[in-house]
Amino acid sequence: MNGLDLDRDHGRHLLRQMMRIRRFEEKCAELYSATKIRGFLHLYIGEEANAVGVMEALRPEDAVVATYREHGHALARGISMDAVMAEMYGKQEGSSRGRGGSMHIFDAKTRFYGGNAIVSGGLPLAVGLALADKMQGKSRVTACFFGEGAAAEGEFHESLNLAALWNLPVLFLCENNLYAMGTALKISESETDIHAKAASYNMQSEAVDGMDVVAVETAARQAADAIRQGEGPRFLELRTYRFRAHSMFDAQLYRDKAEVEAWKEKGPVVTFTARLKDLGFLDDDALADMEREIDGEVETAVEFAEAGTWEPEADLLRDVGGERGVS
Amino acid sequence: MSATEPATMIASTYREAAREGLRHALEQDPRVFLMGEDVGHYGGCYAVSKGLLDKFGPERIRDTPLSESGFMGAGVGAALGGMRPIVEIMTVNFSLLALDQIVNNAATIRHMSGGQFRVPVVVRMATGGGLQLAAQHSHSLEGWYAHIPGIRVVAPATLEDVRGMLWTALEYPDPVLIFEHAPLYNMKGELAEDAGPIDIDRAAVRRPGADVSLITYGGSLWKTLDAATQLAMEGIDVEVIDLRTLRPLDDETIFASVSKTHRAVIVDEGWRTGSLSAEISARITENVFYDLDAPVERVCTAEVPIPYPKHLEVAALPQPAQIIEAVKRTLGQND
Repeated sequence: MNGLDLDRDHGRHLLRQMMRIRRFEEKCAELYSATKIRGFLHLYIGEEANAVGVMEALRPEDAVVATYREHGHALARGISMDAVMAEMYGKQEGSSRGRGGSMHIFDAKTRFYGGNAIVSGGLPLAVGLALADKMQGKSRVTACFFGEGAAAEGEFHESLNLAALWNLPVLFLCENNLYAMGTALKISESETDIHAKAASYNMQSEAVDGMDVVAVETAARQAADAIRQGEGPRFLELRTYRFRAHSMFDAQLYRDKAEVEAWKEKGPVVTFTARLKDLGFLDDDALADMEREIDGEVETAVEFAEAGTWEPEADLLRDVGGERGVS
Repeated sequence: MSATEPATMIASTYREAAREGLRHALEQDPRVFLMGEDVGHYGGCYAVSKGLLDKFGPERIRDTPLSESGFMGAGVGAALGGMRPIVEIMTVNFSLLALDQIVNNAATIRHMSGGQFRVPVVVRMATGGGLQLAAQHSHSLEGWYAHIPGIRVVAPATLEDVRGMLWTALEYPDPVLIFEHAPLYNMKGELAEDAGPIDIDRAAVRRPGADVSLITYGGSLWKTLDAATQLAMEGIDVEVIDLRTLRPLDDETIFASVSKTHRAVIVDEGWRTGSLSAEISARITENVFYDLDAPVERVCTAEVPIPYPKHLEVAALPQPAQIIEAVKRTLGQND
């Protein structure tokens, strides 16, 4: 168990969190087809173990910076499913008043700083949040999620260098799902071992099985503890896979169905369900109860979003910043 | 000293006044720190921050690697995290490497988050031509930034403004970009000993006049005032408006002046096409068209990458002679 004490309650909690994300997103895909949700919709299905495992290692005072594929991170961080679903609808009861949509979930209460839809654009923000903590003597961790595609961007390298140079409390979390949209890692990087790039900036870095929620939680706890001890940034490369298309407009011409099917067999929900059953922590009745409860939570969230209201057009210019005489 | 007594004046350069603004801010607020390339050990590319490292230490006078996007984004993050960072980007030309963080993050986060987060970051950068630094160090791109909702753009032209705008910008809860005109750093003048924070809301009438409104900002202010002096000798009494804040524009001051003089000449070191000068011209024609007695004139930088040799650089940038010609055209006094 690599130092993680997996008991029945914790095991069920981890499974429940992953299943909440899975069911939420399956419903989102339906709602997208029903045109309730518009814009881009990037599903996290297949990658749930990463957000769930990492969030277990964070404390309420820590910060999270995520990407446009962040529904799972938002739910696992503790933002209510109602607020996230209302945001998907664009309703003002959403986590960002509906202004951000799927790609821009923000939440001050849980220190969730987006929802950044520029690949690698969140990394410098995370460096700055951690710099502020360090300068203010606060022992907090900033967890920064991004995909392996970010490793090709300059901001990735600038940020890793700054964080290591200034010994900042950042937990870098590269969710390597092997494809940047439709471009495979092997045709876009001279060095496909992403965690080796981080190591070159003098920070501890390791690759983790991102399909195993316990492995992710264990690695994240160790890294977060070290960061809290003042040991500087850490980097985890979470090796994972996206089961669905990049977004809702993707014919998936760039990968074989057989490859997808092979990864699905390693899926985080199916394998962890089996594991809990093997350990005697879960039986079919308990699983059915859990599924029923989650379905109820999703239905309630849909009702909440449906009942939500549109921000009045009169408020369009509210909170732009830079206005005259407003502070 | 009573309030009516004139302040003691001390000799200062624009550079020293900018440094004094930084020193004051760092002393006033422990959340304030300066971050950028060569701001510490080197003393600042234009020596603005010289001596501050010794006084405030390397945590608050923070040298960065050559990572404009990285440290600009770190400034945005630090502002979100409760600090009051001042990010120095050596010149506006280098800020193009940080555009993602300025435009996609600093300017958007407040609105996009539904008002949950504010980004009180201040960014200082040098702008402008005239030092024979050629086509990658001389351009005036502040007009581009003035295009972006969510940020405030200011351009101090005087010692008082470069001394006082910084603190006001730091007190402001959203991103503020301060453009310091590089050829002004050596400008000498006098600054009140008790000079302090100054508003960043309104344009200033630097020279009142009755015949033509000259609207400008930054380094061009001094060329415009030079032209005004020459015009006065010919009996033409122009009004000179220093915009000071490029976004949001102080329409009220501009329109009041044009309504009075019925003529406008805009002097902008940016290029003419798709420019701030175009925006001002459009606003004048949209709002005070029937007060105009002549077409709005513009004096801008020639539409070329600014060249190195002195004579070509002079030819490319707005000069008093062109301003005088434009004023006379509005008065129908040209051939």
